[in-house]
Amino acid sequence: MSLNAALIRKDFPIFERLIRGENRLVYLDSGATSQKPNAVIDAEANFYRQSNAAVHRGAHQLAEEATEAYEGARLIVANFLGAHEDEIIFTKSATESLNLLAYAMGNSLNGERFHLGAEDRIVVTEMEHHANLLPWQQLSKRTGAKLSWFNVGPDGRLDLSDIDSIIQEDTKVVALTHQSNVLGTINPLDAIVARAHQVGAVVILDACQSVPHMSIDVQSLGVDFLAFSGHKSVGPTGIGVLWGRTELLNDLPPFLFGGSMVSSASMTDATWAPIPRKFEAGVPNMAQAVGLGAALEYLENIGLENIHAHEVALTGRLIEGLLKIEGVKIFGPTDLEMRGGVVAFTVDGLHPHDVGQYLDSIGIAVRTGHHCAWPLNKKFGVNATVRASIYLYNDEEDIDALIEGVRGAKKYFGDR
Amino acid sequence: MQLDNLYQEVILDHYKRPEHKGLSHISDVQVHHVNPSCGDELTLNLSLVDDAIVLSWDGVGCSISMASASMMAGLLTGKTLQDAGVVVDAFISLMQSKGTQSGDEEVLEDAVAFAGVSKYPARIKCALLGWMAFKDAAVQVQGKKSLGSES
Repeated sequence: MSLNAALIRKDFPIFERLIRGENRLVYLDSGATSQKPNAVIDAEANFYRQSNAAVHRGAHQLAEEATEAYEGARLIVANFLGAHEDEIIFTKSATESLNLLAYAMGNSLNGERFHLGAEDRIVVTEMEHHANLLPWQQLSKRTGAKLSWFNVGPDGRLDLSDIDSIIQEDTKVVALTHQSNVLGTINPLDAIVARAHQVGAVVILDACQSVPHMSIDVQSLGVDFLAFSGHKSVGPTGIGVLWGRTELLNDLPPFLFGGSMVSSASMTDATWAPIPRKFEAGVPNMAQAVGLGAALEYLENIGLENIHAHEVALTGRLIEGLLKIEGVKIFGPTDLEMRGGVVAFTVDGLHPHDVGQYLDSIGIAVRTGHHCAWPLNKKFGVNATVRASIYLYNDEEDIDALIEGVRGAKKYFGDR
Repeated sequence: MQLDNLYQEVILDHYKRPEHKGLSHISDVQVHHVNPSCGDELTLNLSLVDDAIVLSWDGVGCSISMASASMMAGLLTGKTLQDAGVVVDAFISLMQSKGTQSGDEEVLEDAVAFAGVSKYPARIKCALLGWMAFKDAAVQVQGKKSLGSES
């Protein structure tokens, strides 16, 4: 079943507004954050209107309802990922999810499963977003663990030819992105997961650019931890998810200490609540969790397979159109095999910021800059690119507007 | 077109034909500034010859950042640090004006063309990249000079 983007846009009130005068909004920046449907806005607002109370505390009806709504959202997330609900930890963002893992590992004592020292190794890739690079780079600095990485080839795909020498016997952690937020590359996981598990390492997947866009089942992916953010999945800001396998989460020490995460506490010691609460200190972002639940239900109603197919088709149209323009260079795969709807490009003689500004003047929202992946930009020898990222509410008209817009930018800056 | 307020003719001219671009071999002070939100980079050489400013610069960036650095170098070259300070302050104040000022042409000359930038919050940093580098360099060169006069 194909998807009707025009109909979907009616669910998103932001598309009613105009941009820079009388331009309709062509939103091609969902890789940064997605727009929100009424179902999500209402779920979040209604939580505050109807059920607001601190979850897991209080002996009153509102507290009960709030807890039910919050835990209901956890169950929705769990079902969405094919996971058990106790394995879903709510954080404030995917960035926090990844930092939680890195800091919790850093808190592991000598002899514990996740303890890292100079004899251990962490493996990442060159295409990581800073959020999945810096936590590991800094953990390596703090613990002395060695840091290795997979290189990215000129085709924008990971070079796995040396997999056995990169994921060595001493590797404890392999952290990588499911889909590059710059190149659009979807990384093949089977070989990496197999090799990591062979040497006893855990695989941590940054799924920010994949969970909102394709059907994900953590069991079949085979990874051990996964992080994604609500706001890129038509959900609210301020809510992220960390999923981990039960036995691993049980072995992982807490990161944030405080209320709600203990089973007992004295002046000198404390013991931890079972997962997931061990990792959810403090009153959580309840309304946002509820909003995320509504968001994932919204996506499921449309169907993740439909969304993915729709985006891949639009990506093909975009790549084809851009490559017809003289001076346009695309960073990342130009075929649609294992590729998502993120397209980064430059235009000869034009700075990405200027291209972005011109596009904005005609209502087209794109991202310009290094997209929080500075090492990757350096690898490709650019300081910045223009990035268009596609979602379920985009259609052919949006893609054609962008292609025409890039031509317009060339004309605007070139002919003056 | 609304965009023309931002991309004035004189700005695009400086972008295409930048002045004082290409680093001189000698400098009293060299500074390197980066705009981390977009990756633009600029290196600025500042020397004082009989108290008169000599500037050269190089960098990669958008039309706004590069044109602004070019115009700044032209404006400040030959001035004393004190006179340059007046121009820098006027430019920064124009950038912070959110479109309410048109700029003093007596002080800023062609750089009043950047008045339109102040209406685009995301681009103010671009326009200021060179100017902030100069401010940094001016402080450093003064420090060097006072050290030199003490010894």
